[in-house]
Amino acid sequence: MAFGLDHLFGLKGVSKEDITTILDTAVSFREVLDRPIRIVPTLKGVAVLNLFFEDSTRTRISFELAERRLSAEVVSFAKSSSSVSKGESLRDTVRNIEAMKIDIIVTRHSSPGTPQFLANHTKCRIINAGDGPHEHPTQALLDMLTMRERFGSLDGLRVLIVGDITHSRVARSDIWGLKTMGAQVDLCGPSTLIPIHMDAFGVDVHYDFDGILPEYDVLYMLRIQKERQTGGLIPSSREYTAMFGLTRERVKRMKPDAVVMHPGPINRGIELDYEVADSPKSLILDQVTNGEAVRMAVLYLLSGRKEE
Amino acid sequence: MNRKDLVIKGGYVIDPAQEIDGILDIRIRNGRIESLQSGLGTGGAEVIDASGMLVMPGLIDMHAHLREPGGEESETIMSGCEAAAAGGFTAVCAMPNTRPPADDAGRIRYILEQAHGAKARVYPVGAITRGREGKELVEMHDMAHAGAVGFSDDGSGVANARIMLNALRYAAMVGKPVIAHEENADLSKDGHMNESALSAELGLRGIPRLAEDAPIMRDVAIAEYTGTRLHVTHLSTRGAVEIIRAAKARGVNVTCDVTPHHLTLTEKLVATYDTRYKMKPPLRGDDDIEALREGLRDGTIDAIATDHAPHALEIKECEFIDAAFGVTGLETALAVIHRELIIPGILSWRDAVRKLTLEPSIILGIEGGALVVGGIGDVAMYNPESPWTVEPDMMKSKSKNTPFSGWELPGKVAATVVGGVVHTCADR
Ligand SMILES: [Zn+2]
Repeated sequence: MAFGLDHLFGLKGVSKEDITTILDTAVSFREVLDRPIRIVPTLKGVAVLNLFFEDSTRTRISFELAERRLSAEVVSFAKSSSSVSKGESLRDTVRNIEAMKIDIIVTRHSSPGTPQFLANHTKCRIINAGDGPHEHPTQALLDMLTMRERFGSLDGLRVLIVGDITHSRVARSDIWGLKTMGAQVDLCGPSTLIPIHMDAFGVDVHYDFDGILPEYDVLYMLRIQKERQTGGLIPSSREYTAMFGLTRERVKRMKPDAVVMHPGPINRGIELDYEVADSPKSLILDQVTNGEAVRMAVLYLLSGRKEE
Repeated sequence: MNRKDLVIKGGYVIDPAQEIDGILDIRIRNGRIESLQSGLGTGGAEVIDASGMLVMPGLIDMHAHLREPGGEESETIMSGCEAAAAGGFTAVCAMPNTRPPADDAGRIRYILEQAHGAKARVYPVGAITRGREGKELVEMHDMAHAGAVGFSDDGSGVANARIMLNALRYAAMVGKPVIAHEENADLSKDGHMNESALSAELGLRGIPRLAEDAPIMRDVAIAEYTGTRLHVTHLSTRGAVEIIRAAKARGVNVTCDVTPHHLTLTEKLVATYDTRYKMKPPLRGDDDIEALREGLRDGTIDAIATDHAPHALEIKECEFIDAAFGVTGLETALAVIHRELIIPGILSWRDAVRKLTLEPSIILGIEGGALVVGGIGDVAMYNPESPWTVEPDMMKSKSKNTPFSGWELPGKVAATVVGGVVHTCADR
């Protein structure tokens, strides 16, 4: 199959064909995950470096499992490990990586554009596991896989992303990916947590959650960070929940077969009521399982290897 | 001083101060211009054949960072002046945000001592407030006596309106301009580029135009209230141009400058996260460029300054949010203006030269900026038909962070003369 990407920096500009290829490949890897022995030799001899400059246990574990299940050689650097501690320049780190004969780098960093920086300075294939508030493409791909499983197609699906858009790499990747696949994406949240200039994304911005929530197939609830309250962006989490929280009452007003999604980890009682996350409407655990399958698919496709 | 006389022969002289445009010879004796006419004899003098060259007053950069003391890995006064000479600048204002900052007379004197023997005249600008902290005024009188030509907390805005009001009044009493870097730090906080649809997309925190326009509006109001003068440096927004145009129209004593990069580059360049395009104020949009060019044309913008901001590789080639703000500019300014403003007919040579020479000298109250008989013998010679490609490694500046890397420029500076002493620059 033809796959058009050398790196996965984000979903902006990624074609419908490439996204479909990733999602279809992920479906076949989901089958691997359902086997009693969940390991295949696909990436034997491929060296993968997980270069995480920022804590993200969940994403890192998901990638590591995906890599090991494909039999890749895996090296992981987390923020705390001395080799990439603060003070060593990224350029020096990059030189060391080059000397280590790494094939693929999975990276997470708080500065947007770091994946591009690594691609410009190494020969490695790069997978962005989150760069600041820019993009988090594998999260969006697992979200899309989850929605596609439930609804059969993404075309025409109505998705509302609710919460802190300004600081969300997940929102950006989901918007680009879902729109490419034909879904309609709108945003809802406090005006202070949505950038003034959203015209680049081709989405509508709403502030009246109660007025619009019955219209959507997917309510995608973003995590709301406590710091936003102390940073003067919202007056209180109590008021946030009152205006934008997905409460039991609001769930009752959702479309009958609409679903709830969340990138995790959840602040229960703030953006989601306690029982909503565990209700039949919630796809949150499917998202987690699909995360591994999607990451296996991306690793496989970027490694450029055909299955033996 | 028994220096040989110098005759610059056969060049096309552009001197906006005297409304001169034509082929003339210039004789410089003892560092001063002795005569300016055609067919001058060359007896006993060193002669430069300037035929085919544009001969203009030495350029004056109102706004540059020479990094000494404290930032010598990026630039020194000597290397900065090398870069200045290579770009046709015979005088450079050294901004005070060094480590330590230039906030007392001793530090002004130190800069002047370090500049001894440099290839350009160095005019130190002092801080407005002690430590550039925005709290207490510096000893402006003492510093002006030591050689400070103006006052600026460049790199930061003055947050406190009362301090700004006092600074404008006190500086006026001392007879020096306040050069205002206009930035509201609450609005620009954590910003790395222009706030726009693109910043939203790239996930980079934006610096809104409002962060520049709001303090300019405040300071224009203060200058109007006190009746003192204000110079606003490195304008970047349409709003800034419009505020200053309206202020000038009602008689407020305000002047301003703009950089070559804000006249030519837009935020779109940041899309690849290339840190060479990270600067303050940030690159804005097409509409802003259009307004800045219009402001230049109609006289709202008085001067062009480089904001030459050299940075060593380590603090520029790194993660975008950790990269330093700023670009070099001394060596490319004139040729970039030639390519982008003069060739397309946006600015005449005479107006361009005026904004790089006469206007800065008037605003700062320093010598130069004109080729008048009896004036200092500072001259720049530019070959308008000597194309070259900007390669960072060929730069005289210690730092290579030029945003014009790879640009093909139509002409280059052939030589500068400072006080009758020739620095040949065409060897690049
Ligand atoms: Zn400044």
